[in-house]
Amino acid sequence: MTPPPFQALLDAHGAAVHRFLVASVGPSEADDCFQEACIAALRAYPRLAHTDNLRGWLLRIAQRKVIDAHRARARRPIPLPVTPEVGGIAARPPPEAIDGQPAVWAQVRALPEKQRVAVFLRSAAGLPYAEVAEALDCSQDAARRNVHEGLKRLREEWSA
Amino acid sequence: MSELDRHLAEAARGLPVAGPPAEAIDRLYARAEEENLIDVAYAQVDSPLGPLTVAATRRGLVRIAYPDRALDQVLERLAEAVSPRILEAPARLDPIRRELEEYFEGRRKRFDTPIDWALSRGFFRRVLQTTARIEYGQVRTYREIAAGAGNVKAVRATGNGLGSNPMPVVVPCHRVVRTGGGLGGYTGGIERKEFLLALERG
Repeated sequence: MTPPPFQALLDAHGAAVHRFLVASVGPSEADDCFQEACIAALRAYPRLAHTDNLRGWLLRIAQRKVIDAHRARARRPIPLPVTPEVGGIAARPPPEAIDGQPAVWAQVRALPEKQRVAVFLRSAAGLPYAEVAEALDCSQDAARRNVHEGLKRLREEWSA
Repeated sequence: MSELDRHLAEAARGLPVAGPPAEAIDRLYARAEEENLIDVAYAQVDSPLGPLTVAATRRGLVRIAYPDRALDQVLERLAEAVSPRILEAPARLDPIRRELEEYFEGRRKRFDTPIDWALSRGFFRRVLQTTARIEYGQVRTYREIAAGAGNVKAVRATGNGLGSNPMPVVVPCHRVVRTGGGLGGYTGGIERKEFLLALERG
């Protein structure tokens, strides 16, 4: 089956992808990631085998660009905004924003890769677990587990 | 709801809802065009006949649709027949947009923009290519077009071919009329055919 016109896909899901990217990499890098993701999606689009979960497919490409951006940033000698540590344990998060961004995003960004992406897909892009699974290319159970483990870890850090 | 859930929900409410800013979209489309990733670009072009949807491949103009055609149907047909890599990237349509403006102002008598015939095949394509050679202000009969397309008896098929014209105005199917002098039909409605013929009479 022919996939729908690419513009229709962007109109329907572009905003969700952008929200996921703003939460994941911050507003200044989100536009570049969005461009990279769309260019990659356009390259693959005519050969797309199944067209039943296009939002999940688009977010799968977007999350790969996020991982690229995280790795590129890790190589750069720019300090990440860090949660103040008290006695080696992360303290309760400050309620105010970091760099104009809610502090909670910075904390999600510090989670291990899969948990981080899963939590952002769920809470920033608002995806159901079926689509989190499609985007992560894993089972629904695994998607659910990654979200729960990520959130559990955040709660533990908070109550420490 | 836990404190963490509340923080996450509040942070999510602060995220943009309208997608990337317009400049970011412009940059994306410019890059996609540069990397040959837009197989069909389309735009809306205002005209005295209402806003036209105009689409072009890298080879040339491929579609002009009157506003009474649903946009999503026009685009879906293009996705099937040409490619799903379709974007509303108006820059490619600038030359045809100018030509159409000049035509509707009576300052242009011939379209120079190249044409991509991808949406028509066989006899219908020959009918449309024959029609494309009728000059400004002239008319031909269905029979003459049938003969020009290689089958003088296929007058009815010629009418169907003209009815399927994917590029009205630029492929001037409005210049084809009945032998007895009647106007015949028109995809965009007979009023539009009358308007175009009157425009060309000056």
